[in-house]
Amino acid sequence: MQSENLIAVNEFCTGHHIDVTFISTLHQFGFIELTTIEQANFLIIDDLPRIEKIIRLHNELDINLEGIDAIIYLLEKINSMEYELRVLRNRLKLYEEPQR
Amino acid sequence: MNVMEFVDYYKILGVAKNASDEDIKKAYRKLARKHHPDLNPNNKEAHKLFQQINEANEVLSDPEKRKKYDQYGKDWQHAEHFEKSKESRRQSTNFGGQQFSGGFEDDEFSDFFASMFGEGSGKRSRRKTGFRGGDYDAMLELRLEDVYTTQQQVVTVNGKKIRITIPAGVENGQKIKLKGHGGPGHNGGPDGDLYITFNIVNSSPFRRDGNDLFKTEQIDLYTAVLGGEITIDTLGGKVKLKISPATQNMTKMRLKGKGFPVYKQEDQFGDLYITLQVKLPNAVSDKEKELFTQLAALQSK
Repeated sequence: MQSENLIAVNEFCTGHHIDVTFISTLHQFGFIELTTIEQANFLIIDDLPRIEKIIRLHNELDINLEGIDAIIYLLEKINSMEYELRVLRNRLKLYEEPQR
Repeated sequence: MNVMEFVDYYKILGVAKNASDEDIKKAYRKLARKHHPDLNPNNKEAHKLFQQINEANEVLSDPEKRKKYDQYGKDWQHAEHFEKSKESRRQSTNFGGQQFSGGFEDDEFSDFFASMFGEGSGKRSRRKTGFRGGDYDAMLELRLEDVYTTQQQVVTVNGKKIRITIPAGVENGQKIKLKGHGGPGHNGGPDGDLYITFNIVNSSPFRRDGNDLFKTEQIDLYTAVLGGEITIDTLGGKVKLKISPATQNMTKMRLKGKGFPVYKQEDQFGDLYITLQVKLPNAVSDKEKELFTQLAALQSK
């Protein structure tokens, strides 16, 4: 079953060849939100990039969930710093460009 | 005919030819942690390196593949039959005339790998059996004037035409997400997203800082001294500006709400800051000289 914004956990796990318990662990860890409809668990589609990133880090780099938590925090920090850098770079143009 | 390049997998992993399986595993893990695309967002070089590292590991960690590579690798030149399939595998993605790369969708093996081990022999299954489609990244160049108003553009992504709405007030370097316009999903998964980064080129008379605009306007000496009214161009049209008598050179004036539209905040605008630059006459006539002399005399009294 797949609604516009939700995707069944079972379907997601089949697609990724992962066990449903892994998703439960991620939920217990506070990484993801689960929506329960008629006793079936669903993931929010907008969360999939984040969940898939966690799966990749776990499977491809053998990073445990504590490590992933730290990585995600640091990546978010980098993201906000990159945003700040972009704003500052744009502001710097004000002084670097010839007066108009 | 193109000559296929030899790929030195040992060099990529930084291990000796006689490296043990354990050494290869260790080197791969270390490099993968360093160059993994999830740890290096927006870094195409890291993505490329990660693909090479993966490929090297794919070959060197598999005894059969490693043996074949060691045996034939260096002598492997070019495979004519492969050139055709190579072309078909290469999907260039055009976006408004500009190329862009897909996220994890394009992590193909090299031509060298495919020719030696055959297509589809890679175990990149961890990625290939992904669920949600890969995200695409694109760059779109626009003029400052273009993003003053919300506009729609039709762009071509992977041969498909997409009508996109670019909200007014987009900033230089800003990234927007177009849901579902990335790579196709696998096994019933949703399609990926398309991320567009805007490169705003400014050749207008305005300088921009966020939602505020800055402009220098010249006024003549007489208007500066006596006051008056000037008409200035803003991005939203012409505006009349009252000049007070005895306005000093480089006076700054703020025109509230005449700046740039605030992103996704309808009817909200930043301010326009005008710097008044008093232009002195380049030459004066005899009559003007006489009158300036009289003025100078008045000042010295």
